Amino acid sequence: MRITQGCFSFLPDLTDEQISRQVQYCLENGWAVNIEFTDDPHPRNNLWEMWGLPMFDLRDAAGVMMELNQCRKVYGDRYIRLSAFDSSHGWESVRLSFIVNRPKDEPGFRLERHEVSGRNIRYTTKSYAADRPEGRRYG
Amino acid sequence: MDMDTADMTDTVNLREELEAVGIEEILTQLDRELIGLTPVKTRIREIASLLLIERIRKRLNLTSEVPTLHMSFTGNPGTGKTTVALRIASILHRLGFVRRGQVVSVTRDELVGQYIGHTAPKTKEVLKKAMGGVLFIDEAYYLHRPDNERDYGQEAIEILLQVMESQREDLVVILAGYGDRMDKFFASNPGFRSRIAHHIDFPDYSEPELLAIAELMLRDMNYKFSADARQAFIRYIALRRTQPLFSNARSIRNALDRMRLRQANRLVADLDRVLTADDIMSLEASDVLASRVFLKERPIASSA
Repeated sequence: MRITQGCFSFLPDLTDEQISRQVQYCLENGWAVNIEFTDDPHPRNNLWEMWGLPMFDLRDAAGVMMELNQCRKVYGDRYIRLSAFDSSHGWESVRLSFIVNRPKDEPGFRLERHEVSGRNIRYTTKSYAADRPEGRRYG
Repeated sequence: MDMDTADMTDTVNLREELEAVGIEEILTQLDRELIGLTPVKTRIREIASLLLIERIRKRLNLTSEVPTLHMSFTGNPGTGKTTVALRIASILHRLGFVRRGQVVSVTRDELVGQYIGHTAPKTKEVLKKAMGGVLFIDEAYYLHRPDNERDYGQEAIEILLQVMESQREDLVVILAGYGDRMDKFFASNPGFRSRIAHHIDFPDYSEPELLAIAELMLRDMNYKFSADARQAFIRYIALRRTQPLFSNARSIRNALDRMRLRQANRLVADLDRVLTADDIMSLEASDVLASRVFLKERPIASSA
């Protein structure tokens, strides 16, 4: 099951050229671009691990692409996303976030029904990948 | 369709090309604002012409390779290396060989870390900021410390070399430094020498050139020499040049700053005087002659 989080996730995967253009758009708006990765695809897992520091003061997307390619070399089997942080007053938050790398095989989620008191049911989603220990979830 | 475009672009009007990119403007500005430095200017003109042709060739599909544009500027202090680097960046930008045209100027401190594992992120940080523009490394020979084999400079050099080679289209690196030390630096890092396409040597300024520079600087600051002061300054240059630690245009700028200080002091000393704009603008001979440089001259002159 294909994870759909952030921008462009219903589109086919972006090519490097397209990623680079998006990054350039972020930089021209003065946003700092971050690279984050994770192997826990649960939608409520919003704190992914960071690859290096946020990249402030960049002028050209080539710098981000250099880091992204290095991140892919190490964590190419995981989800990698770029997020663009707007530090200007009043925003101070992430303005754009999109997935740039995903595992070859995405096993998806199962729905667990938890029967509680009375005839009530509580629902939980669990990703199949997260059953395995961290670092061994994808391939 | 392909045939059509080929026909249209088969003939190239160089003048139009040149005007379209507007580098002629930068080159004439370079001629006007930078005094002397004839070999440097010739070299830059050559590089600009080469790049112009390269650009046309690329459009005609005669070449697809990105030319190596890394440069090294060698010369004594104050010969205009940084100023020229800024101009080169805008020339490269207009011709489309760098995408953004910013200049990131760094020295050893900004590239080399303090402890193990500090250097690589630091160097990469700088490289990322310089992407799409020009990375100007001043006094580049400090990166290599032959006396300390555990120095982290070598790590920075390796990262630099790798990026210089693999991301030639993203970044132009300019190394600058004093001639003899740069020669030693290149001798111990042959990788650098071969990756740099243009070695440009900045000559020292002659005395008339230094005077012209001084007058240009004064004009920019809205000052001028009185006739006497000008004569005194000619003598000042001749004396200062023979002294140690002379750093060409930079020494001239510092001397001018001190003269402005003396002039202000002289004007303030007489509070009752009514000043004209001309008084405030002009430097007098006494402002020049009060310099320490003349101290050494006087005993010689009296003994002679």
